[in-house]
Amino acid sequence: MVNLTIDNRPVTVEDGATILDAARQLNIRIPTLCYLDLHELKMVNKVASCRICSVEVAGRHNLAPACATPVAEGMEVTTNSRRVLFTRRRLLELILSNHPFNCLICAKSTDCELQALAWEFGINTKRYHGEETSFPIDKTSGALKRDPDKCIMCRRCETMCNEVQTVGALTAYGRGFNVIVGPAEMKPFVDSNCTYCGQCVSVCPTAALTGHGYIQETWNAIFDPTKTVVVQVAPAIRATIGEEFGIAPGTPVTGKLVAGLRRLGFDAVFDTTFGADLTIVEEANEIIQRLTTGERLPILTSCCPSWINFIEYQFPNLKYMPSTCKSPQQMTGTIAKTYYAQKIGVKPEDIVVVAVMPCIAKKYEARRPEHETNGVRDVDYSITTRELAKMLKEGGIDLRFMDEEEFDNPLGESTGAGVIFGATGGVLEAALRTVYEKVTGKELTNVDFTAVRGLTDVREAVIDLGGRQLRVAAGSGLGNARKILENVEKGTSQYDVIEIMACPGGCINGGGQPYTRDRLDMIQLRTQALYSIDARSAIRKSHENPSVIKLYEEFLGEPGGHKAHELLHTEY
Amino acid sequence: MLKEHTPLITSYPGLLAEHARCKPLLDSRLETGRTTGRRQILVCGGTGCHTSESALILENFQKQIARQGLGSAVKASATGCFGFCEKGPIVKVFPDDVFYVQVKPEDVEEIVDVHIIGNQRVKRLLYEEPQLKATVETQHAMSFYRKQQRIALRNCGLIAPEDINEYLATGGYLSLGKALTEMTPEAVIDVIKRSGLRGRGGAGFSTGRKWEFGRNYAGDEKFVICNADEGDPGAFMDRSIMEGDSHSVIEGMAIAGYAIGAHRGYVYIRAEYPLAVSRLQIALAQAREYGLLGHNILGSGFDFDIEVKLGAGAFVCGEETALIHSIQGERGEPRTKPPFPAQSGLWNKPTIVNNVETLANVPAIIARGAEWYAGIGTATSKGTKVFALAGQINNVGLVEVPMGTTLREIIYDIGGGIRGGKEFKAVQTGGPSGGCIPRQFLDTPIDYESLAQIGSIMGSGGMIVMSDKDCMVNIAKFYLEFTVDESCGRCLPCRIGTKRLHEILTNITEGKGTPADLVELRELSAVIMDASLCGLGQTAPNPVLSTMKYFWDEYEAHVLHKTCPAGVCQKLLRYEIIPDKCVGCTACARACPVGCISGAVKQLHVIDQSRCIKCGACMAKCKFKAIYRH
Amino acid sequence: MPRVNPKPQERVLPPETYAELDAFIAALHLDREDERRKESLIQVLHKAQHLFGFLPEEVQLHIADAFAINHAEVSGVISFYNYFTTTPKGKYQINVCLGTACYVNGAEKVLQEFEHILGIRSGQVTEDGKFSIESLRCVGACGLAPVVTINDRVYGKVQPGKVQEILEHYLVEASGEEAPVHA
Ligand SMILES: Cc1cc2nc3c(=O)[nH]c(=O)nc-3n(C[C@H](O)[C@H](O)[C@H](O)COP(=O)(O)O)c2cc1C
Ligand code: SF4
Ligand code: SF4
Ligand code: SF4
Ligand code: SF4
Ligand code: SF4
Ligand code: SF4
Ligand code: SF4
Ligand code: SF4
Ligand code: FES
Ligand code: FES
Ligand code: FES
Repeated sequence: MVNLTIDNRPVTVEDGATILDAARQLNIRIPTLCYLDLHELKMVNKVASCRICSVEVAGRHNLAPACATPVAEGMEVTTNSRRVLFTRRRLLELILSNHPFNCLICAKSTDCELQALAWEFGINTKRYHGEETSFPIDKTSGALKRDPDKCIMCRRCETMCNEVQTVGALTAYGRGFNVIVGPAEMKPFVDSNCTYCGQCVSVCPTAALTGHGYIQETWNAIFDPTKTVVVQVAPAIRATIGEEFGIAPGTPVTGKLVAGLRRLGFDAVFDTTFGADLTIVEEANEIIQRLTTGERLPILTSCCPSWINFIEYQFPNLKYMPSTCKSPQQMTGTIAKTYYAQKIGVKPEDIVVVAVMPCIAKKYEARRPEHETNGVRDVDYSITTRELAKMLKEGGIDLRFMDEEEFDNPLGESTGAGVIFGATGGVLEAALRTVYEKVTGKELTNVDFTAVRGLTDVREAVIDLGGRQLRVAAGSGLGNARKILENVEKGTSQYDVIEIMACPGGCINGGGQPYTRDRLDMIQLRTQALYSIDARSAIRKSHENPSVIKLYEEFLGEPGGHKAHELLHTEY
Repeated sequence: MLKEHTPLITSYPGLLAEHARCKPLLDSRLETGRTTGRRQILVCGGTGCHTSESALILENFQKQIARQGLGSAVKASATGCFGFCEKGPIVKVFPDDVFYVQVKPEDVEEIVDVHIIGNQRVKRLLYEEPQLKATVETQHAMSFYRKQQRIALRNCGLIAPEDINEYLATGGYLSLGKALTEMTPEAVIDVIKRSGLRGRGGAGFSTGRKWEFGRNYAGDEKFVICNADEGDPGAFMDRSIMEGDSHSVIEGMAIAGYAIGAHRGYVYIRAEYPLAVSRLQIALAQAREYGLLGHNILGSGFDFDIEVKLGAGAFVCGEETALIHSIQGERGEPRTKPPFPAQSGLWNKPTIVNNVETLANVPAIIARGAEWYAGIGTATSKGTKVFALAGQINNVGLVEVPMGTTLREIIYDIGGGIRGGKEFKAVQTGGPSGGCIPRQFLDTPIDYESLAQIGSIMGSGGMIVMSDKDCMVNIAKFYLEFTVDESCGRCLPCRIGTKRLHEILTNITEGKGTPADLVELRELSAVIMDASLCGLGQTAPNPVLSTMKYFWDEYEAHVLHKTCPAGVCQKLLRYEIIPDKCVGCTACARACPVGCISGAVKQLHVIDQSRCIKCGACMAKCKFKAIYRH
Repeated sequence: MPRVNPKPQERVLPPETYAELDAFIAALHLDREDERRKESLIQVLHKAQHLFGFLPEEVQLHIADAFAINHAEVSGVISFYNYFTTTPKGKYQINVCLGTACYVNGAEKVLQEFEHILGIRSGQVTEDGKFSIESLRCVGACGLAPVVTINDRVYGKVQPGKVQEILEHYLVEASGEEAPVHA
């Protein structure tokens, strides 16, 4: 333990702690900008580049960055001397001298760490006028938007992409005043090995990295009288969108969300969870098949498009492993434009499917050439939780005051198994519930496979399928995915089924979710919300979803059958 | 003669024997003044002289020697830099100790005929003392060398750097032998500590203490890095040492490795120094061949080897953590310290980084003792320091003087005063991190502390002398431009702050400065120094602050009166034709690139001020001194 | 091994040169599992630039593959160091030293003279690809300030008036006559 004083107040902290840690212990607030501690996700961005956290340390000739300076015995720190405050203000003014003053038309306005700091400091002039760097905006992917002029070189995205996700798509490029962060050779994202996981977006303090927005396109569709516009909402949305309306994190808002969407003018409000159940039925079938033949094992879940991209770019030789099932987003879209279209007697091309997703990669997935049925896109627009919140606000809808309503049918019925798709381990757990019953023919009494839940890197379990030991693993974050795949490649790990979610924690922490910054407790609360819905659900196994059963009876035939294969499976 | 010899040396006594065997090689060089005995001709092979065809000079000597049949009586070889590069190529004849300057390949025949055969001197090639207006014959008599004391440069210009035998002849590697066989690592560190040696790379940290840290931090692997990046423009002492005496650095590194318990060393050297790189490679190969690097050196059980890593054009890679990143194949961005490299350096292992000159001192200290070294210099700064004298000075070159020598001694006694009869204005020390020292401090004895006190730093030893023809605002701007160019861009104050500082200075030199800018220069400088991540940013404002402190009147002139007293800042200049003097020769009009001078032949010419770009071409062309600048 | 680019480019540079580079890389015995393999990256980039004259994307991808690292890493490193270029330089690379010693001895005027005569700015290449001008900061020959280097040759004490004379050699060579003698 180390003893020191901050602003004359004594404090004792652990060895290796920083001045910032110590100050937080005393509830002394030191502003930070580049620093980001996502401890549980094994990410600490400590590049100490912004220097906004500068503090005075007795005996040191210059100021120390609190976020990156380890404490030392007897240290005397001052956090708000004239020198400190003067320096911080000038530093902020320097950042602003190379930043567009565009807040009014910026996607990040009111949710921007730089703007918040400028507001806190009461900055009221642009002190320095001089050359400003200027780089082109990249919107090529239709998923990620990069506006380098808003980049403050905090390097969080780089740390996230390269160290946590181990994708290695980003680098600092050039040096000095002209340095910038982006893909290799500053080429557009489409030419890079970016997986669109969107985790860089989640950590970017400004609007330098955001999702590509489809709000206007969605409004246009809603107001187009010739179109039937259906919306589907991913499982994870109900646990997070409330935050945007001041509802306590971790509060499920399913019914209010449905009501809000209806008020927005969507013709039908569907649940991607239905698609999730459908995915499980198909995937369980595929798992059982592969287990029987013993071929192409382990099987990898395929509902996370970023994860699919990751395999394509980084492990091309393992491309045969993922399940061929489309993701719930795409399945729901396909069924809406076939089964549902038939049912209501509307041509598929007159139906617009809008998907509300926690995700950046889903935007990319919706645009993949593979996802078309008879020349009609399965999903037209994939928007994020954040975008939907904006639309609701624009449409004058405050979720707090919505009554609870039910999803439309037939694509609105879902089970607890589908809901937990939103959290890491959930897909695997849902699959196990179905696989177990199908293989053993016995009823599963305890449906909770708690061993695969949680935030730990890799969770493993062995499930007894009546003699056959099923070895399963779940992991979230692409860094963990890499570890798992490498072990599989080397043969050091033997698994039958693996679930991977690209975002640490799963979709609950997706790149399109309300920003959590370093409040990781929010991820826990959101996860609990999903599991609580599951626990309270009457039906908790996907294959028992009545609407899914009916879908097979009326339209698809057998799971894994010809029609199901044509509509619900794909290969990349 | 020595080529056929099996070189592997396996013990300290073996090394001593080898030293004895090689010693005669240098006899006539070390015992100068004799007129008999085998003659040795040394031709400078440093970068400077190399540029002026010194290789051809050597070749010509060899041809002449062969042609005249002097093979047994005369030997010609290439050495490293004599430090007097501006007067190069240098040729020295031993044992007479005669020093020829600015020798051309075609002069060789005359030197051989007149000096070697005729025992006379080629007078026209001797150096003329600018102040005495008299020629001097020997190096020791030259004022440039008289006040110098060469420790780090002890072998530069004395031995042939590509022949390890000559280094052995000087007693080379005996210090390593002594350390490995007679001293514990702790004893080595103790000697270096007591010698008072401080890092010559800039910060002046106690080398012995750094080694002690390196020793005390545990690690399954440790590294020694020689910082030969020498990015400070205008400084070239490290280059000279690498070119002229790489073995002393190698030996220093091996001793450091022994002291801290490292078995691997790296030399990080700039790619702009190809000659130094190749000399170093040759020296490393020879040292390995002799068993002075590699496994079980001198039978002591100590293993040590060295690898060369090239830089790729980034000044900031001289900063030790950036350098480490660069060796690791990464972008050369520094990181915050602590932890210091001694605790966590290359591949997160304990690593000590030392400058070339620092390391070159080490063998001398081990050989002659801590007390000897500590007896030279001032109370806080021991030993000698090499300075690279350049700028508006007569004797441009490398000088090594004891710490505590005054600026005046260096500039006037050694440097021969200001070039072309101009007035001394300032001397800039410490490169882009340093400051400009005005006339009133000429008698300051130079050491780390006194330089810091007057707003500059020792830095790596660059010393650029400026005259009344240099504009101090422009010089500050020049240094800031360097910093802006070389900033790695990692941290905000340096990345954007230095850019803004440079923009303000540019405005001032263009006549757009306001009094508020002068306040801003100070305040912004304070922020950059206080908040930057590494030494580059932390010291970047020094040139601004020191020139503001000592040459405030020049800033005022630029800002308040929109004039540049030194006549440098183009935008503030006005070229005008004096009607009385113009004879209408049209030369100026023809020279003007923008064609803004009008006037018929034999008529008065006039400059259209609105179009003039102040290039000065007209003034240079007017033979009648009819154009003046103000 | 990470695949470095989802859309591999076509190669246009000569296969022989790649073969030479590969031989150099092979001699390094890179171990793809070794976290320290990047220690040789800068060395390999030096070599590649020496062989190809510049480091375009196809070469970067090739090197990234050899090291089993991402393209972004290679790109980031190249962009950091002044020595590396991703566009071809002139056959004769003129470097005017703007280090302090050279600067105070009038190097800026020398640079301007080169720019004036060749009609290009610092950082550019002449249309015929013969010359490119660049400035650098000290080659360590400060005693001979101002210093200019053209490829491997160093010229000391260059005054603006001498620029034309220096260039003449190369201009003559450019018209097909004998190359200048290199010291
Ligand atoms: C921007 C910057 C550039 C530096 N460049 C050099 C250099 O070129 N050579 C050098 O020896 N030290 C340089 N240093 C100092 C090194 O970081 C380090 O302190 C030094 O190499 C330690 O060796 P020493 O203790 O022997 O001086 C530089 C420091 C900074 C901040
Ligand atoms: S990124 Fe932030 S500070 Fe910049 S324009 Fe957008 S909201 Fe404003
Ligand atoms: S915050 Fe200021 S600038 Fe922005 S909209 Fe309101 S009044 Fe206008
Ligand atoms: S979206 Fe994911 S993969 Fe793409 S750059 Fe961002 S963090 Fe990297
Ligand atoms: S893009 Fe965003 S996260 Fe990345 S460095 Fe720039 S501001 Fe930081
Ligand atoms: S984990 Fe979920 S939110 Fe994240 S990329 Fe995958 S599907 Fe999208
Ligand atoms: S001070 Fe300058 S050179 Fe040093 S880390 Fe910061 S930006 Fe880079
Ligand atoms: S200074 Fe240059 S532009 Fe001005 S008149 Fe003279 S030659 Fe012409
Ligand atoms: S060169 Fe001098 S004398 Fe000749 S026209 Fe010009 S100003 Fe007059
Ligand atoms: S928050 Fe500490 S340096 Fe940026
Ligand atoms: S290079 Fe010859 S004296 Fe310096
Ligand atoms: S400053 Fe030009 S060679 Fe050193």
